[in-house]
Amino acid sequence: MNSDELRAVAEKENAAQAETKHRVCVCTAAGCLSTGAAAVKDAFKKAVTEAGLGESVEVAGSGCLGLCHAGPLVRIDSKLESGTQSHLYVHLDAESATRVTTEHLKKGQPVKDKLCAIDQPFFSAQTPIVLENSGRVDPERIESYIAAGGYEALLKAITEMTPANVIQEITASGLRGRGGGGYPTGLKWSTVAKSRGTKKFVICNADEGDPGAFMDRSVLEGDPHRVLEGMAIAAYAIGAEQGYVYVRGEYPLAIQRLRTAIRQAERQQLLGNRILESGFNFRVDLRIGAGAFVCGEETALIASIEGKRGSPRPRPPYPAERGLWGQPTLINNVETFANVAPIVLRGGAWYASIGTPKSKGTKVFALAGKIANTGLIEVPMGISLRQIIFDIGGGIPGGHKFKAAQTGGPSGGCIPVEHLDLPVDYESLAGVGSIMGSGGLIIMDETSCMVDVAKFFMDFCRDESCGKCVPCRAGTVQMYDLLNKITSGEATVGDLAMLEELATLLRDTSLCGLGQTAPNPVVSTLRYFRDEYTAHIVERRCPAGVCRMGSAAAAH
Amino acid sequence: MAVARVVVPPHPTSDKRYKMLDATIKRHQAQPDSLLEVLHNAQELFGYLEDNLLIYVGRSLKVPLARVYGVATFYNFFSLKPKGEHTCVVCMGTACYVKGAGEVVGAIEKEFGIKMGETTNDNKISLMTARCVGSCGLAPAVVFDGNVEGHVSCECAVKRLKGWTHE
Repeated sequence: MNSDELRAVAEKENAAQAETKHRVCVCTAAGCLSTGAAAVKDAFKKAVTEAGLGESVEVAGSGCLGLCHAGPLVRIDSKLESGTQSHLYVHLDAESATRVTTEHLKKGQPVKDKLCAIDQPFFSAQTPIVLENSGRVDPERIESYIAAGGYEALLKAITEMTPANVIQEITASGLRGRGGGGYPTGLKWSTVAKSRGTKKFVICNADEGDPGAFMDRSVLEGDPHRVLEGMAIAAYAIGAEQGYVYVRGEYPLAIQRLRTAIRQAERQQLLGNRILESGFNFRVDLRIGAGAFVCGEETALIASIEGKRGSPRPRPPYPAERGLWGQPTLINNVETFANVAPIVLRGGAWYASIGTPKSKGTKVFALAGKIANTGLIEVPMGISLRQIIFDIGGGIPGGHKFKAAQTGGPSGGCIPVEHLDLPVDYESLAGVGSIMGSGGLIIMDETSCMVDVAKFFMDFCRDESCGKCVPCRAGTVQMYDLLNKITSGEATVGDLAMLEELATLLRDTSLCGLGQTAPNPVVSTLRYFRDEYTAHIVERRCPAGVCRMGSAAAAH
Repeated sequence: MAVARVVVPPHPTSDKRYKMLDATIKRHQAQPDSLLEVLHNAQELFGYLEDNLLIYVGRSLKVPLARVYGVATFYNFFSLKPKGEHTCVVCMGTACYVKGAGEVVGAIEKEFGIKMGETTNDNKISLMTARCVGSCGLAPAVVFDGNVEGHVSCECAVKRLKGWTHE
């Protein structure tokens, strides 16, 4: 395929879309699929055919529409004389899909009892860049992505820019690693570009292991080509010819969509040999993870791709110099790669104009826990937590009170009510003892016990420790046992001191990020909710009423 | 990487599943680094990884059995024991946990007398937990025989499983 053919595909697809009056986008992301979106899509197709609307209505699957708790979701874009009007339907089933077809699509009367306001803050306060195609592009058809301007950035990079130009643009954008570390992406790219090696590799880290995070999953399921395009641009910039997507085995739909996307892109010569009739070659292969959290650590991930146990190794040398099979390797997260195409197309300066001086651009968060609107959101950096939780998230349901927000999963910390007005960026979150993390944001109310939450994360780390280094292997077990003692009402004040000592030890002496950050949930809950720990130890009671105090507590 | 074609000896039994596994091994040109991919396929075909299967994979890929065993036991996804007829996977991700997934597990454990990771005596149900199935918007989520269901209560989970035992 060359540039003319790419544009011809886009024009043909756009022309086909222009002929239809209504476009029915059924959310086919994992959340909606598990509430019956496939049946809704079939019902729409059947009803549309039966009503003889086949010519003017297009029924398509789409990526995540965001409001996961109200699924199955369907958005209908209707072309009117005044412009395009969108309606969002929630909680649909086969029966109501038929009703929407006759009332809305045929008679032009939206079905009010199933409608959801599209101008509410949940939608209007967002700034979609990574998710701009999600819900608009059919993830299983490359033509749909091309029609939305897909692969234009790759074309621009290959035909108009040198690899150094591309890296310059990425550096100028101020993009930082979205996996949680926040390392400047441009700097990483230029290090790999400068490293010497017979071969270089690009790896996309899609081993989204944080419990409570589903951003990467939604991007891969909703817009897989965006990630592949980002990887191809990266490969061009650093001089790689082979890439891998390391995706969790727990995400069968993402795997299937990626497979389809790679096959389609290869057929269109957008991946493979002589991409867009240039001299640039880039192949992408999938590697399926097998359920090990530690494989999110880059050296462990590399070991796993090499077919070994996912054990990390000491750094340096960093993968940028010696990575996969000892060759220079670029590893970025799904969301980082998804940011690449818009930056190349619109320029680094445009991206840098969004966000705060040190944290540019937007961040995708997965809102979950005790919050009214659970789902996926994308907001500019620097927005306050209060805006995220109360404006976009709709606050805490059931008349409960906000207690804390947990960011960064098992490596992160909690943010209490006094820091609600904190701007969300890498530095501010680190300043209050939490981390940006990959984007999981779990909201807790007064019915959650913070000691129990800390124990939950320690249990996770204890289970997921690979066992290579002693501080992590033994330390997480000891810390878990101490937390268990506290939550069963058998601990002494000395145990608390021991817990704090172990926390410092693990942070300072563990081999990789897993062990170094494992104490974070404990340290941060101790910092803000020390009184809860004391209540468990001294008064032998759980203020939230979650922990069942054992016999020791009864005897007290 | 230029690789010489390796001929994998077919398994002596005429079990069709071995033929399918051989095809996967061939597709990866019997490269030792394809161990995870091959084990994934083996588990898909056989349901679990029994000793003979591990030995066979090791020989085919020219990987020492110690490493095959090491990899198979390192990753949570691989199971060395057969599973029950039905599987119930309770998501224990943070979102599900704060919304009561722990109680769902407790209710099932109490009702059926099994613990997490165990199978009932009649080999009908295996109870497992997952780190996070990524359906946090539907918390608490449970995967019944591969189908994710959201907003699952203790009663509804137990009822579902009882349906399986009475089949």
